Amino acid sequence: MFTPKRLIRSVLISLWFMILVFPVVGIKIIKRAPQFFYERVLIIGLIAFVLAILWSWYFEVYKDRGSSNSIFSRFFKKCSAISQKVNDDKRTALKLIIILFIAFMILPVFTSMYQTTVYSLAFLYVMLALGLNIVVGIAGQLVLGYAAFYAVGAYTYALLNQYLGLGFWICLPIAGFITVVAGLLLAFPVLRLRGDYLAIVTLGFGEIVRLLLINWANFTGGNRGIANIPRPGLFGIELSPEAATIYIYYLCLFAAIITIIIVARLINSRVGLALQALREDEIASEAMGIDLRKIKLSAFALGSCWAGFAGVLFAARNSYINPTSFTFMDSAMILSMVVLGGMGSIVGVSLAALVLTLMPEYLRAFSEYRMLIFGLLMVTMMVFRPQGIIPPAKRKYYPTALQNEENN
Amino acid sequence: MDWQYFLEILFSGLTRGSIYALIALGYTMVYGIIELINFAHGEIYMLGAFTAFIVAGILGTMGFSASAILIIAAFVAIVWCTAYGYTMEKIAYKPLRGQSRLAPLISAIGMSIFLQNYVQLAQTAEFLRFPIRMPRIEFLDIFGGILRSSDFVILVTSAIIMVCLSLFIRYTKLGKAMRATAQNRKMAMLLGIDADKIISLTFIIGSGLAALGGTLIATHTMQVGFGIGFIAGMKAFTAAVLGGIGSIPGAMLGGLVLGLAESFTTGYFAGDYEDVLAFVLLVMILIFRPVGILGKAKVQKV
Repeated sequence: MFTPKRLIRSVLISLWFMILVFPVVGIKIIKRAPQFFYERVLIIGLIAFVLAILWSWYFEVYKDRGSSNSIFSRFFKKCSAISQKVNDDKRTALKLIIILFIAFMILPVFTSMYQTTVYSLAFLYVMLALGLNIVVGIAGQLVLGYAAFYAVGAYTYALLNQYLGLGFWICLPIAGFITVVAGLLLAFPVLRLRGDYLAIVTLGFGEIVRLLLINWANFTGGNRGIANIPRPGLFGIELSPEAATIYIYYLCLFAAIITIIIVARLINSRVGLALQALREDEIASEAMGIDLRKIKLSAFALGSCWAGFAGVLFAARNSYINPTSFTFMDSAMILSMVVLGGMGSIVGVSLAALVLTLMPEYLRAFSEYRMLIFGLLMVTMMVFRPQGIIPPAKRKYYPTALQNEENN
Repeated sequence: MDWQYFLEILFSGLTRGSIYALIALGYTMVYGIIELINFAHGEIYMLGAFTAFIVAGILGTMGFSASAILIIAAFVAIVWCTAYGYTMEKIAYKPLRGQSRLAPLISAIGMSIFLQNYVQLAQTAEFLRFPIRMPRIEFLDIFGGILRSSDFVILVTSAIIMVCLSLFIRYTKLGKAMRATAQNRKMAMLLGIDADKIISLTFIIGSGLAALGGTLIATHTMQVGFGIGFIAGMKAFTAAVLGGIGSIPGAMLGGLVLGLAESFTTGYFAGDYEDVLAFVLLVMILIFRPVGILGKAKVQKV
């Protein structure tokens, strides 16, 4: 593991990184007086050294044996197998869903109020990530402004309630509809754009929506946001704050489950297959008779409506919203859930959404570095495993009839 | 018509525009060669501003003259940011060459998020005041305060840099190699051009320009913060697209046009919607003329 050549190389790499980070990490100007933090630079140098050694060792060891034997690829193989199994074997999938469902149903009994609100947020993120998964993972259209749809949903409920006094259950379908309209409004002009241009335009769209919310202050409340958004009603019964929190928890849970079921049904439907064809190859799918226009519009419509529903639930859960909840960083976080979980995979994306929302709550030290680690994870994932931790299962076609004939 | 006000707006537009152009050059050069939108480019600009701020903070306590400090700060910022650009390319983009187009794009977004939070955690989340003011330039007094010394320095520096860059691309061997690689990487490699080195060089030049832009803007607006890269990067990207992405004169032209458009809109119409304008403009160009002003339409081959 410690050959001289590798050691020298690693020392050089760590030196390079120490020099690189020195001005930003090692020096801080506090009240016009520079202060030096050498220990922070040394720590980074040490980390770089260890990583460099591990890196070259890893590649040397597994170059001969073939990388298919390494710890990582064995782990990833298992992950893929899970996804394949859930996809192939409907009974395993059903069992898994029922176990999870029961676990989450009885969860509020054991946890505190605060935990319950955290879990309801996690379910909202499952909805958001699955919605974005339709556009990015299944249809392959990179959308970077997804938080804008989330904002449209949340603000639709908040504003309709503030100005017209409409309740939660009326606003839910209205917000879904308005978000779909917003999605189509974005989709129409970008029909001709591909890949990176599309990403930029949707990023711009997200920023436009956020800036409008801030600048149109006398309608949307600007930076102050909107407060006193009522919680959803339950057949007119007046709920205590605790009961309302648990009620919202169940609403979010059911919404997430409905999302999972619908997206799962969508993937292998006619529209879902067309979306996947679009992801694989636009020109080829057009040649196979898929109307690109129609299918791209449906991708945006199908993806954005979930953000609308999640937005309404979010507004009702927090009873207060302002534009800071809908920045580019939020879009990027939802995107990283989709990317890390495995683009197109329902199991992976839902798990990633749950883990990435809950992890900062349980590891306080981690929460400060959350975005830093997300960024780094996105890069490393793309380099080592672009298909995500649990990639989507490929649909298999068994030519059973043919096999039987051969056997006979 | 108030001429003084008009001229003030004109110069402020040109100043902004040259900064946008400096950053846009990095976008356009990288896109020209590897067809990647380098999302993290705006962060390099922010790192440049921060490095300059730190160097100026140290030198400020040692009693150098203001112009010496600014020159040294700009130099250090450029050196460090080129190193950042080089490292970034090696870590985040080089291993992804030959993959689908989505992978490097997501990796670039990850890099951008990483760099932003890296500076925020290592330094501060607040805006910091840049310690050194641009020294007064005597002969600008005849303009009666319309053209500030920082405006003047930005305009002159960026003009010089752009001319040098154009000459470099046009006449030197490396510049020719860059153009060849941009046209057809495989063919360039067959002719003995080391494409990896040329790509690294592109990132280095782009990062250097962004760092210079960052230093200049820090002396102009007198403040630095970890979030300045995102919005500046977006605007510079708009400028690059406006001029025709991949085209170097296009990036310069696009930067100036965007700067002027922004400063005239905010000067005469809605001041609140300054940032919206760039995005609306970007969406409009991409929809109606995706190849930009100077770009050439590419036929998509199957």
